[in-house]
Amino acid sequence: MSKINQHILTCGGTGCRASESKELAQNLRDEIASNPAIEGSVKVVECGCFGFCEKGPIVKMLPDNTFYTQVKPTNAKEIIEEHIVKGRKIENLLYTDPVTKEVIDESKNMGFYKKQHRIALRNCGFVDPENIGEYIAREGYEALGRAIFEQEPQVIIDTIKASGLRGRGGGGFPTGLKWEFTKNAKGDQKYVVCNADEGDPGAFMDRSILEGDPHSIIEAMAICAYAIGANEGLVYIRAEYPLAIDRLKIAIKQAEETGLLGDNILGSDFSFKITIKYGAGAFVCGEETALIQSMEGLRGEPNLKPPFPAESGYFQKPTNVNNVETLANIPVILNKGADWYASMGTEKSKGTKVFALAGKINNVGLIEVPMGTTLREVIFDIGGGIKDGKKFKAVQTGGPSGGCLTEEHLDTPIDFDNLLAIGSMMGSGGMVVLDEDDCMVSMAQFYLEFTVEESCGKCAPCRIGNKRLHETLEKITQGKGVMEDLHQLRNMSEVIKETSLCGLGQTSPNPVLSTLDNFWDEYVEHVEDKKCVAGQCKSMLRYVITEEDCVGCTACVRVCPTNAITGTKKKPHIINQDLCIKCGACMDKCSFDSILLIA
Amino acid sequence: MAIVCEKDQLQEQHLLKIKEICNTFNKDHSELINILHGCQGYFGYLPAEVQEAIALEIDMPVSKVFGVVTFYSFFTMKPKGEFPISVCTGTACYVRGADKLVDEFQRELGIDVGQTTEDGKFSISTLRCVGACGLAPVVMVGDKTYGHVSPKMVKKILKEYKTK
Ligand SMILES: Cc1cc2nc3c(=O)[nH]c(=O)nc-3n(C[C@H](O)[C@H](O)[C@H](O)COP(=O)(O)O)c2cc1C
Ligand code: SF4
Ligand code: FES
Repeated sequence: MSKINQHILTCGGTGCRASESKELAQNLRDEIASNPAIEGSVKVVECGCFGFCEKGPIVKMLPDNTFYTQVKPTNAKEIIEEHIVKGRKIENLLYTDPVTKEVIDESKNMGFYKKQHRIALRNCGFVDPENIGEYIAREGYEALGRAIFEQEPQVIIDTIKASGLRGRGGGGFPTGLKWEFTKNAKGDQKYVVCNADEGDPGAFMDRSILEGDPHSIIEAMAICAYAIGANEGLVYIRAEYPLAIDRLKIAIKQAEETGLLGDNILGSDFSFKITIKYGAGAFVCGEETALIQSMEGLRGEPNLKPPFPAESGYFQKPTNVNNVETLANIPVILNKGADWYASMGTEKSKGTKVFALAGKINNVGLIEVPMGTTLREVIFDIGGGIKDGKKFKAVQTGGPSGGCLTEEHLDTPIDFDNLLAIGSMMGSGGMVVLDEDDCMVSMAQFYLEFTVEESCGKCAPCRIGNKRLHETLEKITQGKGVMEDLHQLRNMSEVIKETSLCGLGQTSPNPVLSTLDNFWDEYVEHVEDKKCVAGQCKSMLRYVITEEDCVGCTACVRVCPTNAITGTKKKPHIINQDLCIKCGACMDKCSFDSILLIA
Repeated sequence: MAIVCEKDQLQEQHLLKIKEICNTFNKDHSELINILHGCQGYFGYLPAEVQEAIALEIDMPVSKVFGVVTFYSFFTMKPKGEFPISVCTGTACYVRGADKLVDEFQRELGIDVGQTTEDGKFSISTLRCVGACGLAPVVMVGDKTYGHVSPKMVKKILKEYKTK
């Protein structure tokens, strides 16, 4: 048998799977199998997410690092015959920089990757997540082994404390301190919980880590268990993430078979097992006390803190809850040392943070940058700027708990405290970029609709208050708002923030407050001029037929569901604004572009 | 695929299945959500009769089971269509026009979100982020994911299934 000397890495994450990356990997394997000259020396590896989702599916060739984008299953033959057999790069699959038009063949030269520093994502796109051997080959489980055999629990906790790592689930609480609390809490039985509920719509880093590098989470949970004195771990994961669940299950099984999980790990007297608990589509269950309720099989309603889970959590036992991304950092910190980690980032936020870039941006995807990188660098250098040459309007960070930031905030270095200071939040790291076509009032309404749906209803300010906020915003986008409403919005928001029981209600008015602060004029325009410059509020738009272009073909008359269009054949038609429900059917139908939408 | 209960009566084999699922989780009350996942996986939805049978089996008040079923949006008490359509209305998809897709599916099928067509073929629901934000806006039909969907593609997608 010949030796494997070339690897073809393909993306096997949820996003690329949806673009047929699985078929692509299969085709590549078939092509290799049918070519005796290379069979046995080339291996196809399905990895986790490479991050560059915009141009997926991605294929990376090793050892020469060629980076192919938007590869289709039908390209498999060409890749094998040209690249592998003849050693020629396939030009039209290489990435072209949209600005410089330069063709780039290696990822390290691409703007998207240049400023990134991947720690939590270190293995995503490099290892086969279904093969424990590949994780071990990249220093995997070394930190666990060292912990069990050479280190006292307190030494580990001190290292994490010194690294300055803060929780990536949104709260930003110092991780080492939390571990210490749980370690010092009284109790015979303790638990380690991994929060993989990832509720922020538009964020997908936790899913990508679990899909691309599940062993890093298992290792970190075991280290945490050893440090705080627990023997049982639970992963609470969204049922909407089937691929992540599969990969996690496979990884747990492999770790058990290898003696890295279960009784007497690596022959020591430390035992630890992990079970999986499933969410069922409730955002509030990401909040740690609600999550614990849900794991106990109950409705996921939050409880008042204190007591914190560290004292009284799962079945009233001391429980350490950490986010997926937080955990993914642990093994590296222990391998490379606290100083190394603390050398990155800002004064109070150390290390790196993963962001999910989405919205009107050229390079949608998953990125990881040192804390302190500016929004401008993220959006323009890494994200490649705004799609279709439009103008940047705002960036929303922190999901439903965060706010919309504008041009003037672009040079703010991103960290936990800076974002709070300018009226937003780090949250879990969702970053949604908006352009001139986005209406900020509608955006606030969108988030409030989400909160109203997801409020558990336990406390009145959140249950009723958010509903009132949503109604008021709806009134404004429907063109029925009055100035008094804007003041009401602010008042209600402040009350909801102050009086809600859990983090959901305490932060849910943020999208309203931040848009009021940063886009006050746009609110006023909606209310006083009944105008939506972005052209999104349907009630403020009118469909009109331009007389010069209309040939009177009557196609629009036939599609209009409310018979709002009248006119004689072969003569220009008109739309009766009182009858028009603004469905846009006529505009879609018109072959002469004679129907316009005006603000 | 939804199994329909004839005249609100569960058949013997269905009861056996419920028992089996409850037993896999040792009838443990803290495993209720997993039990419900198991039953919904089998029946396609969780009608009152199934909830009653579970309650009886694990010795828990039906009201508690109902409370949990209605709390979580993943659980449904109505059968979905043979080809359930889910439009992602997460933030990334919303800003790339997901609401227009919802409108278009509703118009094409003549039903609202949460409803099923008369012939039982299609149902429409919305969900928040399937984690394929790079392909926004995203629509799922059953297990198949469609990315970069435009209102114009809606008809084409439906056509794929209408003839099935
Ligand atoms: C409404 C709400 C939703 C939350 N959702 C999540 C989530 O999806 N994932 C997560 O890790 N933390 C979430 N959190 C934060 C958790 O309560 C908790 O702080 C976190 O899991 C602790 O882990 P960390 O210290 O590693 O960040 C949420 C908090 C609130 C108030
Ligand atoms: S703030 Fe909202 S989500 Fe939190 S407990 Fe109150 S009602 Fe429930
Ligand atoms: S928001 Fe639609 S896939 Fe994430």
